[in-house]
Amino acid sequence: MSEHTLLSGNEAIALGAHLSGVRVATGYPGTPSTEILEALAAGDHDETVVQWSVNEKVALEVGIGASLAGRRTLVTMKHVGVNVAADPLMTFTYMGVNAGLVLVTADDPGMHSSQNEQDNRNYARFAKIPVLEPSDSQEACDMVQAAFEISERYDTPVLLRSTTRISHSKTPVNPGDRTESRVDPGFIKDPSRTVMMPAYARGRRVAVEERSEKLRAYVEEVSDAAPSSLNRVEMRDATVGIITGGIAYQYAREALPDASIFKMGISYPLPIAAIEDFAGRVDRLYVVEELDSFWETELLAAGIAITPSSLPRVGELSADAVRAALSADTGPPTHDPAADIPVRPPVLCPGCPHRGIFYTLRRRRYTVSGDIGCYTLGALPPLESMHTCICMGASIGAALGIEKALGEEAPPTVAVIGDSTFMHSGMTGLADVFFNRGNVTTIILDNHTTAMTGHQGNPTAGYDAHLADAPRLDFESLVRGLGVQHVKRIDPYDLEHFDAVLTQCADHEGPSVIVVEGPCVLLPTADPGTIPCVSDQCVGCGACLRLGCPALRRRGTDKRAQVSINADLCTGCALCVQVCPYSAIVGEGADS
Amino acid sequence: MSRIDDILVVGVGGQGIILATDVIAEVFLRAGHDAKKSEVHGMAQRGGSVESHVRRGEEVHSPLISPGAVQVLVAMEGLEALRYAHMVSRGGIILYDPLEIPPLAVATGQSQYPEDLSERLSLYSAKVYPVPAFALASELGNTRTQNAVLIGALASLMEIPDTLWREVLSRRVPARAVDVNQEAFALGSKAIVRGS
Ligand SMILES: Cc1ncc(C[n+]2csc(CCOP(=O)(O)OP(=O)(O)O)c2C)c(N)n1
Repeated sequence: MSEHTLLSGNEAIALGAHLSGVRVATGYPGTPSTEILEALAAGDHDETVVQWSVNEKVALEVGIGASLAGRRTLVTMKHVGVNVAADPLMTFTYMGVNAGLVLVTADDPGMHSSQNEQDNRNYARFAKIPVLEPSDSQEACDMVQAAFEISERYDTPVLLRSTTRISHSKTPVNPGDRTESRVDPGFIKDPSRTVMMPAYARGRRVAVEERSEKLRAYVEEVSDAAPSSLNRVEMRDATVGIITGGIAYQYAREALPDASIFKMGISYPLPIAAIEDFAGRVDRLYVVEELDSFWETELLAAGIAITPSSLPRVGELSADAVRAALSADTGPPTHDPAADIPVRPPVLCPGCPHRGIFYTLRRRRYTVSGDIGCYTLGALPPLESMHTCICMGASIGAALGIEKALGEEAPPTVAVIGDSTFMHSGMTGLADVFFNRGNVTTIILDNHTTAMTGHQGNPTAGYDAHLADAPRLDFESLVRGLGVQHVKRIDPYDLEHFDAVLTQCADHEGPSVIVVEGPCVLLPTADPGTIPCVSDQCVGCGACLRLGCPALRRRGTDKRAQVSINADLCTGCALCVQVCPYSAIVGEGADS
Repeated sequence: MSRIDDILVVGVGGQGIILATDVIAEVFLRAGHDAKKSEVHGMAQRGGSVESHVRRGEEVHSPLISPGAVQVLVAMEGLEALRYAHMVSRGGIILYDPLEIPPLAVATGQSQYPEDLSERLSLYSAKVYPVPAFALASELGNTRTQNAVLIGALASLMEIPDTLWREVLSRRVPARAVDVNQEAFALGSKAIVRGS
């Protein structure tokens, strides 16, 4: 296998896009999709424009424009990003493409890094477009190329669905040849196709049905025993037949190596006739799919007899889960996990500029409407000062709702939102607060980057997808433009000042914004301070430990043991110096 | 024990776990096997518990190793060794750095770090090898080479020639850190005293 290299699913998708002659690639970061655009950008392919958009809706709209202009286009996002992009998607499907457009959705079964585990195969049925699902990196690379061909041949956007286990596993890849679009670049002015007002949309609606008919015929054509078939029939022992695809295919192969398999490479539409034929060749037919019973529902509707199984519908599948549900084999003997051991959830980094904000909020009775980013960790002990987290941008609207529902007697309502999230979908919420005469105090945590997903640029970061300098938007003028005149800018490491500004903003009649400006400590621009030390004055009261800083710990197991600072981890942010009631931590920022 | 094919590397986000399994997986591939590796990036990276699976074989299907099938558990931290010890197969090996990184609940005094670690680990495996990788790496003046020490220790349990391990390791680490990583690998490969 020496001509192979190990690539992650995401790297393989980027390679497949490059081999397909992609000219424009856009997206918004989100685990597990992020590394696709990063790999494309790192490839430095001069002919390809790679850029982060402010959100998924804009990313898809840029993609639609590029496709209509006759350039092959890749658009990437995580599963929940497709919700944000759903509005353009549901109408773009009527318009069709000019050059191919492939939309990558990276789903997160098991919610390793997400707020839900929605199964985006459902979007294919909803938008009436095909969805391809690779089972490893080689297929990820090959299927991107197939997806572009299908997109242009059938005049449709194509969904490519990955999952965390595909995107973040590395498997061998042997890249194929380069393919190119046969479409000539140029925007074709044809309102009946590209202006979706009712009169034109009605015509295109019919075209969608005709296309669906052709796609149903196509998926039958690509269903056979050839190894390169998108839908592959693997006949082995005929006792058990399994319809499966994506990562679930690997689990089924491992759990039941002798079973016959109908491997779905195109998850929608389904090749009903080919599956009926397969069903007729096996004694018992199972469906092994992760998350929703998407195929099973379609197949039952088509009258195909499926043997019921007890496969879980929640979380990731595994070879063991498939074995337990479908076979008598019990797998290797297992031990019980160690009981009573401390958990290790993720934590805000030492020196993180978000920490002091939550430390301060924890001491108030405010209702804190939160958002998504590293700062969501402020909801966990010991900071525990975030009370909602729904989806990106929701903090501000939800804060306004809480305030309107409870009136003036209720404690003040605060929204906390990161810079990237504010640009993604917080601005509209803030305009709503202004328009509806809200009193919400919005705290924008401006760490100059999209930290959570690995430091991608955004309009407030000053760098782009290639890490080159980019124009930078000014929060203060943006916020004023949205109608909020009461704007304060503060330093995240000055607790006393933040405390005073917070009180003042909460008391202020009308909406207010606090821009907390301090770069993420993991950025090269972060400026480390001097590392403080703990003096003998320490009485072990534990006040500093309520900061939840990984660099601080007690010296022993005694409840009043003195605290020590791990100099390897400490960045010298000096928050602990400020919160120590005994002035026992000495360093920069100490009372002089 | 049969040939080592299924290796689980665990530790705390930021310790270089993913680089370690990148090296192991590439060594497997270059040694002529099908190989896969899998992990989860994202939220867990911020100081959380991290696991990364590496497998080789004639044809590897699932990128994940089943519980009870891990042949070698490589743990870069003590508590994490215990957290994943149940994954180890009968006859499997636990190779761990006795380094203690207290999780927040321990640092704040709400929870206790397990004291009888090596005893508890021995309930899961008869072959438990402590390798003070972090301490050795500190002596070399570069704690980032903790993973290279453990790779050296792992390599000493396997039949793949050292030259291949060393070559892949050098290609994977930053150019200025090649020499110190090679030294770390050498320390690791002598770290396991078998039969003890
Ligand atoms: C619709 C949607 N897109 C993407 C994500 C993934 N995601 C979660 S938080 C985040 C950005 C966080 O950046 P920022 O608001 O600047 O906060 P930071 O992590 O820097 O503190 C992203 C991209 C998501 N959860 N939902």
